[in-house]
Amino acid sequence: MKYILMMNCPKNGYESFGSWPQKDLRAHIGFMMNLNKELKAAGLLVTAEGLASPTEAKVVRAGQDGAPVTDGVFPESKEFLAGYWIVDVESAEQAYQVAARASAAPGQGGAPMNMPIEVRQVMSGPPQDLL
Amino acid sequence: MNGQDIGDAGQQLRQLAPQVLGAIIRRFRDFADAEDAVQEALIAAANQWPREGVPENPRAWLIQVASRRLTDHIRSETARRRRKTAAALEFGETVVPEVENTTGRDDTLILLFMCCHSALSSASAIALTLRAVGGLTTVEIARAFLVPESTMAQRISRAKQTVKASGAPFRLPTSEEWTPRLRAVLHVLYLIFNEGYTSSEGGDLQRPELSREAMRLTRALHELQPHDPEAGGLLALMLLTDARRTARTGEHGELIPLTRQDRTQWDRDAIAEGVALLTGALSRGAVGPYQLQAAIAAVHDEAARAEDTDWPQILALYDLLARMSENPMVALNQAIAAAMVHGPAAGLAGLDALEKEGRLAGHHRLFAARAHLLELGGDRESAIANYRAAADRTASLPERNYLLTQAARLRDGG
Repeated sequence: MKYILMMNCPKNGYESFGSWPQKDLRAHIGFMMNLNKELKAAGLLVTAEGLASPTEAKVVRAGQDGAPVTDGVFPESKEFLAGYWIVDVESAEQAYQVAARASAAPGQGGAPMNMPIEVRQVMSGPPQDLL
Repeated sequence: MNGQDIGDAGQQLRQLAPQVLGAIIRRFRDFADAEDAVQEALIAAANQWPREGVPENPRAWLIQVASRRLTDHIRSETARRRRKTAAALEFGETVVPEVENTTGRDDTLILLFMCCHSALSSASAIALTLRAVGGLTTVEIARAFLVPESTMAQRISRAKQTVKASGAPFRLPTSEEWTPRLRAVLHVLYLIFNEGYTSSEGGDLQRPELSREAMRLTRALHELQPHDPEAGGLLALMLLTDARRTARTGEHGELIPLTRQDRTQWDRDAIAEGVALLTGALSRGAVGPYQLQAAIAAVHDEAARAEDTDWPQILALYDLLARMSENPMVALNQAIAAAMVHGPAAGLAGLDALEKEGRLAGHHRLFAARAHLLELGGDRESAIANYRAAADRTASLPERNYLLTQAARLRDGG
């Protein structure tokens, strides 16, 4: 069964990330790269991506003629998807374990960030024969 | 595995895979390395044979190529470690291996038992079985399960290390081990079939190539163990279920329930074969869960119209199955069958009892079954609420679409 692990952060999270001391930044990046490597080696990783800063993000809608109408202004308070993993695991509990590990990534000063990670099942389960 | 026919050469390769692997393991003793070498030989054959023709003795060809690969591997490993072992020298000089006069029949069985080892998770056992016994490539298996090739390669590699670490000898299980080990093999084959028959990965309802592969391996097992009633029962169950494949989905890939399927589309040959197999299996005494499930599938398959279904017989079969199986899904289906025989109230009482036990609490199928029985009983509002509750809880996209459509149909007064 596949689960998506979504790491959300507020817009200012992206901004403050850029002002971390080099040592902390390195530790954080190293932790994430190592996590992905381990997930891959364990045969669990389907995909993992980090997303670019929301500063350049656009909201797109179809206009009258179907052409894209873009809107780049976001309310300050909104949370943004910073990155995600899709893992193929045996149980929901195993997905929670992986999420907890990601959540404990080191932050500024090296302490675990304990970020909230949203875990949701990917709709790839088997349908049963229904009457 | 692209869902198309793999052709004669491909078929032959897959059939030879476990025999070749057995021969290589006997020669070199290392399951993990031998399996890698055989995989390389199979890939080489898949590239070469269509161009240059199938060699006169395909099995010997594969054994030779795999032996060479493994010898090369041992040589380079040895060079890397800068210590030449006597073993490597001995292997190194063997260029053309003699082909043993066995047919590899036992080897296929031994490999099935090894790949369905109790130390492995089901996902690992499935992947390893498809590769080592099914002769599928890592790319094909990764594609079938929609994971990256590197992830599947790691899963298979770890599975092999687990089997190796377990110290399982390369031989058939003893008579005391036989029954539980065979049950594990049947379970893995059943899971592969189900994955192919019911998966909704990527939105497709079925991946028939996985079901076909499961049926091929189960057929091989049945041929090796013709007197085992459960091996025959499992093959019958697969045939009787797969016979309905094309009728099970609509033109947009939507799920069509058994009661609304166009039964003229059912594969009569598969049904006839399944029924014959089942009859043979049942005549051998010791009735097991796969035979009972096959018998239930056969009762459905033999009804020309949904309303002709012999529900009392199905209920009797579920009553028997429930005595053998702790699976709450059996109890759930038993409740549905009870509703079809004794009316919706009897079925709903069964579902309530099941929910009180807590074994299926919050499961989407409990809500879906209840919705169906409430609809039968004419309680439209509650049926709608339960269809929607089921839709919220399923992890299958086609199933969610189906359940939402049921709720909408009732709301529209249909």
